[in-house]
Amino acid sequence: MTDLATTETPATDRHSARGFRASAWRGLERLVSLAILLTIIEGGIRVFDVQPYVFPAPSAIGLALYDGIANGTFLHALGVTLTEILGGFAIGSICGITLGIAMVQVPLLDRLIYPYVVGMQTVPKVAIAPLMIVWFGFGISSKIVIVALTCLFPSLVNTIAGLRAVDSDRIALITAMCGSRAQLLRYVQLPNALPYIMAGLNTGIVLAVIGAIVGEFVGARTGIGVLILQANFGLDLAAMFAVLVMIAVTGVVLSFILRQIELRLCFWSGKATK
Amino acid sequence: MSVAAARVAPAPALEVSAVGLTYRTTSGPVEALRGISLDVRDGEFVSVVGPSGCGKSSLLKLILGLERASRGRLAMDGREIAGPSRGVGAVFQAPVLLPWRTIEENVLLPADVMKLDRPSATERAHALLTMAGLGGFEKKYPYELSGGMQHRTAIVRALVHDPRLLIMDEPFAALDAITREQMAIELQRIWTESRKTVVFITHSIGEAVFLSDRIAVMSARPGRITAVLDNPALRPRSFADLTKPALAELSTEIRRHLDLAIQ
Repeated sequence: MTDLATTETPATDRHSARGFRASAWRGLERLVSLAILLTIIEGGIRVFDVQPYVFPAPSAIGLALYDGIANGTFLHALGVTLTEILGGFAIGSICGITLGIAMVQVPLLDRLIYPYVVGMQTVPKVAIAPLMIVWFGFGISSKIVIVALTCLFPSLVNTIAGLRAVDSDRIALITAMCGSRAQLLRYVQLPNALPYIMAGLNTGIVLAVIGAIVGEFVGARTGIGVLILQANFGLDLAAMFAVLVMIAVTGVVLSFILRQIELRLCFWSGKATK
Repeated sequence: MSVAAARVAPAPALEVSAVGLTYRTTSGPVEALRGISLDVRDGEFVSVVGPSGCGKSSLLKLILGLERASRGRLAMDGREIAGPSRGVGAVFQAPVLLPWRTIEENVLLPADVMKLDRPSATERAHALLTMAGLGGFEKKYPYELSGGMQHRTAIVRALVHDPRLLIMDEPFAALDAITREQMAIELQRIWTESRKTVVFITHSIGEAVFLSDRIAVMSARPGRITAVLDNPALRPRSFADLTKPALAELSTEIRRHLDLAIQ
């Protein structure tokens, strides 16, 4: 049935079917290489009898991951941390993009604010995390603020860069049509900045994961960071690795989703037109 | 008597009288244009030919209202040009299409910016696209089109708001020689059908002779108009016509003025 369907579809569909097969193959490659790597580690640990409090075997990590997910503690913690990540990311990015637009449109604002933004960025987020806990408490809101502060900078800087990187011909084009500055922003600058903004968001989402965990380390009741600390105190390295795997997967999935959105939104990016 | 005659005679579509332009730079003032005078009648196709750096593009910026003249006066339909005008359509050296807009949306950009009635503008855009041989490409994106088609899209975009005056700044400079001739033939056809007043800036003598009613020759630094020559040949013209005695002589004449201009 499916074979029939593929042979009868027009060239474009056949092309995408080939694309699907290629990406499926690439996925298989990664899975197989990962399986080989894990087998080598597992074998090495068994042969040299490495103790589980030094380096846990992949099978033990897998078991800990399964246990954590099955008894619900992992997913609950992930839910809390994910809320912090996404909430803080949304607030930070929206503020960053809005501030970036305002700073490009109003040069005075740029001159006044930019030094403070850079100054704030040079202060490590770990250093201000305790302050945020004092101000916003042990709950979810302090972590959201920390994540938002972390995500603000990349989206802000990239928005500014994207809005400024406009071809002078395109400015002349809109100006010659009697276009206003607001129209230049809407029809040329913002679409032009979109690939830059998406790149900033992609950096931001990865930083957001770090920000949330750091915030939880400093002070929290639940969350992935708390799980790591608990596993650390109990010298339960298998559980710790299991949590780390979960964080890594979360980061990769979030980044992948953003990349897919970027490919849809900026379909024209990288295609040569003058 | 003369007053009555002045009242009867319509104002030229474009009036450039004794225009000078001096740029202030860090190393002192640079005179780009000096004493430029040129009247373009309604429906006329006028080319401006000159060597590189003769200030052709500066003249164009003045006509587009993107820059103000240091001296002299520019007027469209008798009204002084004080800034960009809706009565002008511009075609630049590059097509300058927005890659995130389809061909149709690109052509409709002036309609969006000038807040024109969208349905009637769309109808006009479709008619113009068909006239330019781009029918069926409305939903394509610029990167899916060839260089020549992108340039035709840019011409259609400049015409979509039905401007009084079409300004073209070396629009085919980036194209290969064969596509370039085809574009000139295409432009002659579009011009014949739309009868716009056109100011065409080029450094191709052949293109200027092929397309124009009159040709203004410019000299370099500071840019001055050294001659304005009439082209008597009837339309439609072909590139083969360029070898006929009258047009060959015209080309030679332009070349002679350019040589003088360069010296």
